[in-house]
Amino acid sequence: MSVMVDIRSVHKSFGSLDVLKGIDLEVRTGEVTVVLGPSGSGKSTLLRTINHLEKVDHGAISVDGALIGYRRSGDKLYELPEREVLKQRTRIGFVFQNFHLFPHLTVLENVIEAPVAALKRPRNEAVDSARRLLERVGLADKADTYPRQLSGGQQQRVAIARALALEPKLLLFDEPTSALDPELVGEVLDVIRDLAGQGTTMIVVTHEIAFAREIADTVVFMADGRIVEQGPPGEVLDAPREDRTRAFLSKVL
Amino acid sequence: MSSDTLAKVPAAPRVPERADALTIVPQRRPGQWTAAVVVLVLLGLAVNSVLRNQAFQWNVVADYFTSDSVLRGLWLTLWLTAVVMVLGFALGTLLAAFRLSANPVLKAVSWGYVWLFRSIPVLVQLLLWFNIGALYPQILGVKTVNLLSPVAVAVVGLTLHEAAYAAEVVRGGMLSVDRGQIEAAQALGLSRLRRLRRIVLPQAMRSIVPPAGNMLIGTLKGTSIVSVIAVNDLLFSAQLIYHRTYQVIPLLMVATLWYTVVTSVLGVGQYYVEKHYARGTESAR
Ligand SMILES: Nc1ncnc2c1ncn2[C@@H]1O[C@H](COP(=O)(O)OP(=O)(O)OP(=O)(O)O)[C@@H](O)[C@H]1O
Ligand SMILES: [Mg+2]
Repeated sequence: MSVMVDIRSVHKSFGSLDVLKGIDLEVRTGEVTVVLGPSGSGKSTLLRTINHLEKVDHGAISVDGALIGYRRSGDKLYELPEREVLKQRTRIGFVFQNFHLFPHLTVLENVIEAPVAALKRPRNEAVDSARRLLERVGLADKADTYPRQLSGGQQQRVAIARALALEPKLLLFDEPTSALDPELVGEVLDVIRDLAGQGTTMIVVTHEIAFAREIADTVVFMADGRIVEQGPPGEVLDAPREDRTRAFLSKVL
Repeated sequence: MSSDTLAKVPAAPRVPERADALTIVPQRRPGQWTAAVVVLVLLGLAVNSVLRNQAFQWNVVADYFTSDSVLRGLWLTLWLTAVVMVLGFALGTLLAAFRLSANPVLKAVSWGYVWLFRSIPVLVQLLLWFNIGALYPQILGVKTVNLLSPVAVAVVGLTLHEAAYAAEVVRGGMLSVDRGQIEAAQALGLSRLRRLRRIVLPQAMRSIVPPAGNMLIGTLKGTSIVSVIAVNDLLFSAQLIYHRTYQVIPLLMVATLWYTVVTSVLGVGQYYVEKHYARGTESAR
């Protein structure tokens, strides 16, 4: 199977704080990778480097064969102009912990914004596919409401529909259920499970271990800016080799 | 708990079994009533004295209120206010975008502009522009005096002043928008301009509109300062009449009443603009 995401010796620091200390990771097309790890281990930062919301200090990331944020010439990486980076981002969907829906736009306007503005799709086409997406996440009747009139779970499902509207090759989820009341977690996980079942390539940062076991092809355990252990869920979750993985799992399970 | 420890607690008034049979008597507030009466009486006395004072010459006020020259002055005041507001906020938005950009030069220029134009009293600025011919007698071969009529001086001077304040108002509004909104827009591949126009500014408007409404009303009245450079605005038209007729007070009343009317209309307008930009913010249920 081909490689969708290829992360090679990525380093990132904020001032004197080294957050990513050499990350190597491959994600194959159609597979679901779940990233686990304690708070502050660099999970969000890693996801954000994949769509260049965060620039790497060292190393390289490519998605679907294209280097993210840079153009290579010889042994030099030249930073791409913002226009190019924005184009690359339209191939990568990002779902945030706190949804970040646009509160002054209706649900439908939220979903069609990127296809219309970034992909220059005709508006009526964008509306048609937005309605189909909203139906898929179970919110067909909410198209004309404003985000604040929805529950957290509904808002996150709209955010997923908004990310899907760009027909991305890759979906990144940063703790998509952490801001939700426990009884709303299920409806969002259902949507993600559905996407996984349809062969969408995804990287999901989550603390839901049971969910990870169910949908992950690969589980990655991060601590302190490094990948400590990775492998199929049966290995990493049920028979971890590393002490730190074991310690972490005993705390969250 | 034994019954003798309970006995030491002061007996609380018991709630009767049928609580729905009780009527609630609101607390009496004699102080509030007295204050209201006193204020109303004082207000009545003041209104009475204004209406009865012959020196106000309300009949003269009525005569001039809709006279041609007053209405022409009012019209100039209105369009001058509109032009200064629009140009001032356009320039102010640009300055705010500079200030929030990553470019240190643009940042410094924006900061310097705001510092300078907030420091110079607008009256001094108007007089400087009015006398610009002393510094630059000619610009591109044209006599400066011909280039900058008093009205043009008024537009330029007031706009530059307005922009400095507008920049701060717009910047404050843009800073009030959650950083996550910009990241979400970036993640969706929206261009810089689209992010500003479609995502940041509409949300910033919620905190921009109230101070901008204040500024609009301030500008409306502030334009009266152009009477010093003989621009025929509402106040100057009134002054021209009373220099001729010596009916100073009634003509100042004409101007005052017009300013009050326009301010009230603007206040109503602001209410609807605020409502428009508040859409989507009412919470669930
Ligand atoms: N923009 C930033 N500036 C400075 N420090 C940052 C920035 N973003 C993240 N950090 C720091 O980097 C470290 C890793 O942060 P990151 O958000 O990637 O962790 P995480 O694994 O996602 O944690 P959590 O589970 O709490 O979300 C933290 O110590 C954080 O404080
Ligand atoms: Mg995080």
